[in-house]
Amino acid sequence: MVDLTHGGLGGDGHAAGHAGELELYHPTNWVTKYVFSQDAKVIAIQYGLTALAIGLVALVLSWLMRIQLAYPGALAFIDADRYYQFITMHGMIMVVYLLTAVFLGGFGNYLIPLMLGARDMMFPYLNMLSYWIYLVAVLVLAAGFFVPGGPTGAGWTLYPPQAILANTPGQQWGIIIMLVSLMLFIVGFTMGGLNYVVTVLQGRTKGMTLMRMPLTVWGIFTATVMALLAFPALFVGAVMMLFDRLLGTSFFMPSIIAMGEPLDTAGGSPILFQHLFWFFGHPEVYIVALPAFGIVSDLISTHARKNIFGYRMMVWAIVVIGALSFVVWAHHMYVSGMNPGFGFFFATTTLIIAVPTALKVYNWVLTLWRGDIHFTVPMLFALGFIVTFVNGGLTGLFLGNVVVDVPLSDTMFVVAHFHMVMGVAPILVIFGAIYHWYPKMTGRMLNDAMGKIHFWVTFLGAYAVFFPMHYLGLLGVPRRYFESGDISFVPPSAQTLNEFMTIAALVVGAAQILFLFNLAWSLRHGKPSGGNPWGATTLEWQTPETPPPHGNWGAERPVVYRWAYDYSVPGAASDFLAQNDPGPGPAAAAPIGEGGR
Amino acid sequence: MSVVLVFLLLVLGIAFWWLVRQGLFSKPWVEVGVAGGMPIVEPSPPRAARVGLAVFLVVMGSLFALTVSAYLMRAGLGDWRPVRLPGILYVNTFTLVVSSLALETARTGARRGDLASVRTGLLAGGFTALLFLAGQLVAWWQLNAEGYYLASNPANAFFYLVTALHGLHVAGGLVALGRVTGRMLKGAGVAALSLGVGLCATYWHALLVIWLVLMGLLTSWIGDFILICRQLLA
Repeated sequence: MVDLTHGGLGGDGHAAGHAGELELYHPTNWVTKYVFSQDAKVIAIQYGLTALAIGLVALVLSWLMRIQLAYPGALAFIDADRYYQFITMHGMIMVVYLLTAVFLGGFGNYLIPLMLGARDMMFPYLNMLSYWIYLVAVLVLAAGFFVPGGPTGAGWTLYPPQAILANTPGQQWGIIIMLVSLMLFIVGFTMGGLNYVVTVLQGRTKGMTLMRMPLTVWGIFTATVMALLAFPALFVGAVMMLFDRLLGTSFFMPSIIAMGEPLDTAGGSPILFQHLFWFFGHPEVYIVALPAFGIVSDLISTHARKNIFGYRMMVWAIVVIGALSFVVWAHHMYVSGMNPGFGFFFATTTLIIAVPTALKVYNWVLTLWRGDIHFTVPMLFALGFIVTFVNGGLTGLFLGNVVVDVPLSDTMFVVAHFHMVMGVAPILVIFGAIYHWYPKMTGRMLNDAMGKIHFWVTFLGAYAVFFPMHYLGLLGVPRRYFESGDISFVPPSAQTLNEFMTIAALVVGAAQILFLFNLAWSLRHGKPSGGNPWGATTLEWQTPETPPPHGNWGAERPVVYRWAYDYSVPGAASDFLAQNDPGPGPAAAAPIGEGGR
Repeated sequence: MSVVLVFLLLVLGIAFWWLVRQGLFSKPWVEVGVAGGMPIVEPSPPRAARVGLAVFLVVMGSLFALTVSAYLMRAGLGDWRPVRLPGILYVNTFTLVVSSLALETARTGARRGDLASVRTGLLAGGFTALLFLAGQLVAWWQLNAEGYYLASNPANAFFYLVTALHGLHVAGGLVALGRVTGRMLKGAGVAALSLGVGLCATYWHALLVIWLVLMGLLTSWIGDFILICRQLLA
C-alpha cells in the first residue's frame, strides 16, 4: 500500500512559492541531495546508472552464450545448466531491469517534469522510494548468482511446471529469488508509475494542454498506464508460483510423474500461467516501444528542423497501439494447444496493430521528407531505429500468423525477430536519447567522433549478429539449445555463420566500452553545450540554468503558448520557436500540407 | 480472461472519453496562445492526491480482476470442488460494511467541520477494519481445523490466495488510516484531516466492493449468475 496522503496535506513545512503549487522538498545535505534525493532528475540518473550496471552483466552473459554457440566447449565453465541460467538472466535483465527501468524510471523521471514545465513529480517521496525498491530488486536478482544452485535457468518466461521442478537449474533458490525480485520491481514501479501518470494529469504548467505535450511525454505516459495495468498480471503469476514452490499448492502444477515417481502436485493448470505471463508480456513489448516511438519522433523533428508530420495521428496511434496491445497476448501461445478460433482472433488483432504502427513509420519518413536533416549522432541513432524497427516489425507479421508461426516456433527466427524489434531498436533509441539529452543533464556535449564510431559499429554490428540469425531460424536451428550436435537438416555452414555472429557480437559489445568512456570523459572534457545546443522547442531546453537545479525553473514556471514542433516557421526570426515563446505570428502561417494533416 | 478484458474495456472506455474531452481532436499547430482552446486547470496538491488514489485503485482493480480471471479459468475445469465457506465470513462482510459506513460518516463529518463525528468515524472505522482482519484469520483457522488445507486442493489454494491478497490491502489501508488517526489524536484540526479522511473513505469503499465481488465468487453466486445468463442467451 502506498501512502497517498503524503505531501497532500500541506499542514507543515515550507511556504509555497505560488498559490496552488506543490511544495518542494528541500535537501539539507549531500546525502539528501544526491543519495536519498527526492528530485526527479537525480532519481532519473540513479535509475539510469543502476540499469546500465545490471545491463552490463546481461551483455557479458550474451557474450558467454555466443561464445558457447560458436565454439562449443571453448569455455570450460559453461555447461548446459549454466547456459540456461545465462539465457534466463540475460532475457529478464534486458527486458525488465534495463529497458523498462531506463525508459520509464530514467527518461520518464528526467523528462516528464521538465517537458511539462513542472518543478518536480507530484509525489517526490514516493518517487524516491520507487528507486530504492528498484535497487533492492536489482540486488536481489544479482544475488541469484551467488546462492547455492545459482540463478534460475527456466528461461525468461519462467514457464511452470518445469520452472519449479527438480533438475531445472536454480530450482532450489534461484527461482524464489527471481520471483521475489520481480515482485519488488513491480511494487517499486507502481510507485513510480503513479507519479508519472499523476504528474502528466495534474502537474502541467499553464498553457500545456494534452495536445501540446511533446510525443516523448505521450509515449512515456501511455506506456506507464499500460505498465500499471499489465504488471499486476506478472505479480499475480509470481505470487501463485511462489505459493507452488514454497507452500506446496498446485496453482500451476498438474499431476506429474517424474522419473517414474508421481509427485505430490495435482490439479494445477500450466496454461493459466502462460495466460497471466503473456497478459503482462505482450503489453511489455509496447511498454518499451512506445517511449521509444515518442523519443524518436522528437529527435527526428528536432534534428531535421521540421515539425512532426501528423502530430494528431501520432498521438492517436500511440493510444490505439496501447489499447490494442492488451488483446494480442495469446499470439505467444499458438503452440500451446489453442482452439483454432482463438488463434484466428489473436492473429487478426496482431495484424491490426500493424496499422497504427505503420502509420507512425510513414509519419517519421514524411517528417524527414524535405527536412533540413542534420546527421548528428542522435539523428543517426533515430534513423537506425526506424530501419531496425521496420525490419523487426515485418518479421513480426510472419510470426503473427498461426500457420507461419507454428513451424518457426522455438527457432532462431523468433530470437532474431524479438532482438531486432525490442532489443536493438529500443537500445538504439536509448543511445540516441542519451546523446541528445546528455548536454541538458551535464552542460557538456558528448564527443562527436566517438559517438559516430559508436553508432556505426553498434548499428552495423547488430545487423551482422541478427540478420544471419533469421536465416538460421529458417533452416530450423532451434533456440535455447546449449549445443546443436548433429542435426541432419542443419548444414555445417551454419556453424561458420555462428562463428561470424559471435565475432560480431563481441565487437558490438566492446564498442559499448567506448560509449561508457565517452560518458565519463565528456563529463570533464566535453565541449560546453549552453542551454539549448540543438535549437529545440520543448521546455526542458528553456530552463534558466543548465543543468537545471532543483525546482527547474527559478522564480516562475514557464507559460506555454504553442505546440512542441514549431520548427522553420516562415517569417519567424529563428528557425525554431520555443513552446514558451509568445510571438510573433500564429503557427498557422505554416504552409498547408506541412503542418501535419 | 474475460473478466479482466471487461475490466480493461471499462478503464479504456473512461480513458477515451476523458481524452476526447481533453481536446484529442484539437489542432495544436494552428492554436497559439496561453489556453490553447482548453480551460486552464491550476495544479493543486489535494486534487493530485485524489487523482493519485484513483490511479492506484485502477491498478488494484487490475490486480483483482486478474486474480478473479485466474480463479474462474481454473474453476471452469470440471474437477473443481469449492470450499465450504465458514459462516464467519458473512459476519466479516457485515463488519467491513460497517467499517466503510463509519469512514463515510467521518468524511461527511469532515465536510461539515464536525470534529466529533470525524473522531467517532475514524476510530470506529479503524476498529471494525481490525475486527474484519481478525475475523478473516478466524476463518482460516476454522478451515484448517476442518481439514481444508492450503495445499490439499486448488479451490482451497485460491481461497487462501484471494483472502490473503484482500487482507493485505486492508492492512495497507490501515497504515494510512493509522497515520490520519495519529494526526487527529495529536490535535490536528478538521481542515488538515479532511483530505486524508476522504482518501481513506474512498479506499475503504473500493475494498468493500472488491470484497463483495470476491464473496460472490467464493460462494459461486457469480458462477451461477453467469450460468443463468448463458442459458438465457442460448
